Amino acid sequence: MTKQKNIVELEDVVVKFVGDSGDGMQLTGTLFSDTAALAGNDLATFPDFPAEIRAPQNTVAGVSGFQVHLGQRKIFTSGDMCDVLVVMNPASLKANLKWVKPGATIIADESAFDEKGIEKAGYKTNPLEDGSLDSYHLIKAPISLLTKESLTDLEIDKKLAEKTKNMFVLGMMYFLFQRNLDNSLDFILKKFSNKPEVVKANQVALKAGYNYADTVEAIASTIKVGPAPMEKGRYRNITGNVATAWGLLAAAEKSGRPLFLGSYPITPATEILMELARHKSLGAKVFQAEDEIAGICSAIGASFTGSLGVTTTSGPGLSLKSEALGLAVITELPLVIVNVQRAGPSTGMPTKSEQSDLLQALFGRNGEAPMIIIAASSPASCFHYAYMASKFSMEHMTPVLLLTDGHMGFGSELFKIPKVADLPEINPPIAKANDHDYKPYRRDPVTLARKWALPGTEGLRHRIGGLEKTNIDGNVSTDPLNHELMVNIREDKVMRVANYIPEQEIMGEETGDLLVVGWGGTEGMLKSAVGHMQRAGKKISLAQFNYIMPLPLNTAEVLSGFKKIVVCELNKGQFVKYLRMMHPEFKYLQYNKVQGLPFHVKELTDVFTKIMEEK
Amino acid sequence: MLDKRIEKSPVPLTKDDFASDQMVKWCPGCGGHAILAAVSNVFPRIGYKKENFTIVSGIGCSSRFPYYVHTFGFHGIHGRAAAIASGVKIANPDQSVWIATGDGDSMAIGGNHFIHIIRRNIDVNILLFNNQIYGLTKGQYSPTTPMGQVTKTSPQGTIEHPFITAGLVMGAQGTFFARVPDNNVKLMTEVLYEAAKHDGTSVVEILENCIIFNDKAFSSVTSREKREENQLILRQGEPMIYGKDNDMGIILKGTSLYAVKIGIGGITEKDILVHDQFNPDPGIHRMLGRMMGPDYPVAMGVIRSAKASTYDDLVEDQIEIAKRNSSIKCVDDLLNSGDTWEI
Repeated sequence: MTKQKNIVELEDVVVKFVGDSGDGMQLTGTLFSDTAALAGNDLATFPDFPAEIRAPQNTVAGVSGFQVHLGQRKIFTSGDMCDVLVVMNPASLKANLKWVKPGATIIADESAFDEKGIEKAGYKTNPLEDGSLDSYHLIKAPISLLTKESLTDLEIDKKLAEKTKNMFVLGMMYFLFQRNLDNSLDFILKKFSNKPEVVKANQVALKAGYNYADTVEAIASTIKVGPAPMEKGRYRNITGNVATAWGLLAAAEKSGRPLFLGSYPITPATEILMELARHKSLGAKVFQAEDEIAGICSAIGASFTGSLGVTTTSGPGLSLKSEALGLAVITELPLVIVNVQRAGPSTGMPTKSEQSDLLQALFGRNGEAPMIIIAASSPASCFHYAYMASKFSMEHMTPVLLLTDGHMGFGSELFKIPKVADLPEINPPIAKANDHDYKPYRRDPVTLARKWALPGTEGLRHRIGGLEKTNIDGNVSTDPLNHELMVNIREDKVMRVANYIPEQEIMGEETGDLLVVGWGGTEGMLKSAVGHMQRAGKKISLAQFNYIMPLPLNTAEVLSGFKKIVVCELNKGQFVKYLRMMHPEFKYLQYNKVQGLPFHVKELTDVFTKIMEEK
Repeated sequence: MLDKRIEKSPVPLTKDDFASDQMVKWCPGCGGHAILAAVSNVFPRIGYKKENFTIVSGIGCSSRFPYYVHTFGFHGIHGRAAAIASGVKIANPDQSVWIATGDGDSMAIGGNHFIHIIRRNIDVNILLFNNQIYGLTKGQYSPTTPMGQVTKTSPQGTIEHPFITAGLVMGAQGTFFARVPDNNVKLMTEVLYEAAKHDGTSVVEILENCIIFNDKAFSSVTSREKREENQLILRQGEPMIYGKDNDMGIILKGTSLYAVKIGIGGITEKDILVHDQFNPDPGIHRMLGRMMGPDYPVAMGVIRSAKASTYDDLVEDQIEIAKRNSSIKCVDDLLNSGDTWEI
């Protein structure tokens, strides 16, 4: 019989599942999130896993986590401090306790807290017993043991039984949040359709966990997070990397230009390559090149011959591609370069996120080689910005560098599914057959884009390349004045894109005491922090930039309405340097963090409060 | 076989159809002129529409080539012609794609792309101008410069073992390799036609004289006086006979090739190896590719031309299969696939 439990209703909750790399935490977190989304919550997720595939078992180095922030209001970030932490072993507790709010609920697999596990995690005594967790609401359950017991009737091998403990704990969580099991039961059925014993074991474990939580006295109250007010429409959950891939596909379809991806695997960008490789039915050609340079060069070759050429990478790969970026600039071909930023320099911290490639994106090429730079700001926004990057690249005949980051790439949020018919038109300037006026560098007077003359088209044979060419005719030239003219035209062409991008928006009033400036992937945290202070009556606003090069035309106007400006970045201050260069008339304060970690709302509100108090 | 996918010209073409309006800026006496002549001969003969040729190059003297032929052309960056051309051919298989490159461009800075395009067997034709020197930077040794040669960067002689192009190509599982001297335009034209017909990556190594920085590098093989003695011109199905009096030949004994004189030591014409460029087993081809003086003649002509699937064909096949079998026919289908819900 179900006992009557108290219900605690919450605006938003941060839940984190942590365990050993092999404990299935990513799947558990994903299923929990999907079920929350189906129940109408808004949400954002972030997987947090080590760079090693399987670090030594039960050590802190091998901890894998999945965080989800869900709410009955709009959710901007995957959250910072947890309200509920699910720990599958002592090492994962050790690695994550610092991210848990005081008084939060911790669900722990007691069976994993044996002497060996405790020692491997570096504890002297059992943290579940020694009173060190007294300030939390601790729910201990012998999860591994109970899972095995619940499966004794199935006569399955011990290893399989052990593996389903993540489903048991998921079941407990579903009880805690009063969720329906159907979606997960259905998922298990589909995923293991050719292994009936695995389906059975996982389903039994899931239900057993739910029933166990229902029965034990340990869970005093359940948590209710109601549906969030969302714009009507069809939704799905999407990661930034998948959204990037789909945005590129949408742009290819809309423009009528086939998609060609030349890429080399690199964390955290690889998922875009893998995702596009799955969609040959849409005509996407995906070339896993022998190195980063071949990735971009093959994409340039494909662009020359009429495809939307794309290459995807992360920081070290962008360094390798630098020379070829200049080739795309001088040949004035469409090319989209996606840089999923990670913590550098060099190999740095591949699975950790940072915004430290901005100056490289802006200036990291030999010669005068300006490029359109766009930054996406959340997982779902990657769709839009990948689409716009493709559109600008093709319509203006110049490469576009799209900056996302590891946090955004791996993280997910709800995505309102657009219709391709509603997306902006893309009209590349394709030269017509037997156009007698065609010259390689004859330009559109408004955009300065040259025409795209596709091999195979009658009457358009021409040659381009990395050597400087005469304007219009496109012959090799070292004429000094022609070179200067071409340098100026290439820059002007990029700057004119400002006429086609939206004005910079301000979240909040257009004047006030403090303007917070951010760019790209910090949007969620900055919005949360600024929103929090706005609700407290502070005169604070946020300008989060997505269009970096060129900047929106109203940038100076936006910056001029505030007593103080603080530029917040996950680097040493790269965007602020750029703003000081572009708009030296303003005084900028800066707040920077370079830990491979996102901002936390609390640290931001503390910083903003201090700045606003200072005279 | 010429590629059926590439559209043929409705009218016969001549070399004038490919004549560029650009001044050829190679040094007088450079081997590049002969290569240009051979390509101008062979393009009209191949018969594809003149808009269906794309020439891609890297950097170096060789890589000025696209400017000198009136086709679609792309002058890339150092070493990357193979990578750029891979993108061109995969994205647009309806083009006949040619790469103009040199020993430094393809075997030093571009070595990685060179071996991988060959391994993938992408259907392009590589004109490898091998002059055993860096010409455009004025005379530094290259990966094919013979060991010990004095150059501007090896004043005491190089201390590097050079690449044998044929060995590198066949080591990378090359399906087509040919070698020609720059002073035999007739043979070069024939070989280029064979290369065009081959399905997959064709590498044609042209022993090219650099009159300024490495003059007469190949003269022991290519000069009028020496060529008959020191060149074995291979022809499919014919015995490997060479020499002024056609009395020299190649035999296989044990696991090695030997150059022998017919009539001496009981050797008759029947003992001479017959060339089979189509043999899938590269064993003899490798040995032929490695032959050099003073004990052997240098093999010229098509050494290897084996059948294998090409990357660009397989890409098209996979796309066709995916289009047939997938329920995702457009991006709207994709966006709405999997778990979605209405709010």
